[in-house]
Amino acid sequence: MLKSRIIPCLDVKNGRVVKGINFVDLKDAGDPVEQAKIYSDGGADEICFLDITASNENRETIYDVVERTSKKCFVPLTVGGGVRSVEDINKLLNCGADKVSINTAAVENPRVIEESSKKFGSQCIVVAIDAKKKNDKWEIFTHGGRNNSGINALEFAKKMENSGAGELLVTSMDRDGTQVGYDNELMSNITALVNIPVIASGGVGNLDHLVDGIKLGNASAVLAASIFHYGKHSVKEAKEYLDSKGIPVRI
Amino acid sequence: MNVTIVDYNSGNISSVINSFKEVAKEKIKIEVSSDLDKIKSSDKIVLPGQGSFKSCVDALNSIDGLFDTLNEFTIINKKPLLGICVGFQMFADVGYEETETQGLGWISGEVSKIDNQNGKFKLPHIGWNELNIVKTSQIFRDIKNKSHMYFVHSYEFIPKDKNVISATTDYSSSIVCSVEKENIFGTQFHPEKSDKEGLKIIDNFLNL
Repeated sequence: MLKSRIIPCLDVKNGRVVKGINFVDLKDAGDPVEQAKIYSDGGADEICFLDITASNENRETIYDVVERTSKKCFVPLTVGGGVRSVEDINKLLNCGADKVSINTAAVENPRVIEESSKKFGSQCIVVAIDAKKKNDKWEIFTHGGRNNSGINALEFAKKMENSGAGELLVTSMDRDGTQVGYDNELMSNITALVNIPVIASGGVGNLDHLVDGIKLGNASAVLAASIFHYGKHSVKEAKEYLDSKGIPVRI
Repeated sequence: MNVTIVDYNSGNISSVINSFKEVAKEKIKIEVSSDLDKIKSSDKIVLPGQGSFKSCVDALNSIDGLFDTLNEFTIINKKPLLGICVGFQMFADVGYEETETQGLGWISGEVSKIDNQNGKFKLPHIGWNELNIVKTSQIFRDIKNKSHMYFVHSYEFIPKDKNVISATTDYSSSIVCSVEKENIFGTQFHPEKSDKEGLKIIDNFLNL
C-alpha cells in the first residue's frame, strides 16, 4: 500500500537555514546539509528546500547547497524558490535535486511547465500553488505571496495538471505561519479535481493537523516546517502518531 | 572492478551517480559514460532512465552503436546489468507511452499505463510503497519482505514470463517492481532514493 508522506521543509537564505532546528548536537545549525541529513536519518520521506534568497547575486548559493545535500541524503529532494526558467530547472536537477517546485513562473508563463515536463519528465515538476480565500473561492498569489494574480486556484490546479505537472504543492496563505492547521477545504477541493498527488502545506501547529491534512484534505503528502525545526516534534514522532490514527506511513 | 552508469541523456541521473559513488566508496570504480569502449570493458552496467519510454528509447538510439554494445554486453557476454525505472521498462518488447515504441526486447512483455480505476488512484504513483518479494533475487540479499521503496511512475512493465518477476508492489493493482533474469536485473522503484534499504540493493548489485 502506498504510504502517506511527511516532508519537512527548510527555508534557505543565502545558502543558510533560516529558522533552524533547535538541536544541541549540531555542529553548524545554519548548514542546510546537516539539517537535511538529520531529517532523512529520522525517517523523513522527502526533504524540501525553499530558497528565499532575495538578491540575484546570492542565487548561486542554493546550487552548492543542493549539490552537497544530494551527496548525503538518499531520499528525494525537492527545491523551490526563485525558479524562473527551464534552464534554472536544469541546473537544479544537475546539482542533484530530484524535483523542482515552480511557483510564480508557472503563473506568468505556463509554457515553462509544458516545456520542462516534456524535457525532464513530469516526475520532477512540482507546481507550487499559493492560494488565499476571497469570498467563496481561492485566488493564486505569486512573488512569495505579495502579488494577487486574481486567478482561480482550482482552475489553475487543473490547468497545471494538463500542462504536465507531476505533483501540486498547495499552500494556504491564510493559514501559513498561523499554526491553526491546513486549509483542508482548499486541499480537498483540489484533490477532488486533479488526478495527480497533492502535497498540503501552510499552517501546521500540531500533529493532529498532519492527520487532518490527510484525512480531511485527502493530501498524498503533508509538508511542515516549524513543528519540526524547533524540536517540538521529530519526524519519527509524527509518523508514529499518524500510524496510531490508522494512516499508513513508512516506519 | 569497473561499473559504468550509462549516460545517454535520459534525464537527471545525478542521484543515481551520487548513490552508487556513496556505496562503492574506494573499492569499486564508478564511471559515467556513453563511450562504447568503456561500456564494453566494464564489469557491470547501470541503465538509468527518466521521462517517457519513447524519449529514453530515442535518446539511446541516437547514440551510434549504443544499442548493439548494450546488447552484446548483456545478451551475448551475459554480464550483469541493472535497469532503473524507465531503464528497466526498456527491457520490454514494446512501450505505449506517447506512442507505440519498440524497446530493447531483452525480457518479453509490454509497458502500458497503470489502470488507475477511473481516477480512484492518483497518477503518477509517487511515494513509498512496499515490496512483495515473490522470488529470491541476488539484489534482495538482506532485504526484508515489505521493505519500503520510493516509486515515481505512471507506466508499468508487464512481462510475459511471470518467472522473471522478483517483486511486486500493491497500488491500484499488483505492479511488477523488480525482475531478475539470469544476468539482467531491473527495478521500477528508485533504489538511489530509497534510503538505507535502497543503498543496500545497490550494494548487493555492486557485490554480485
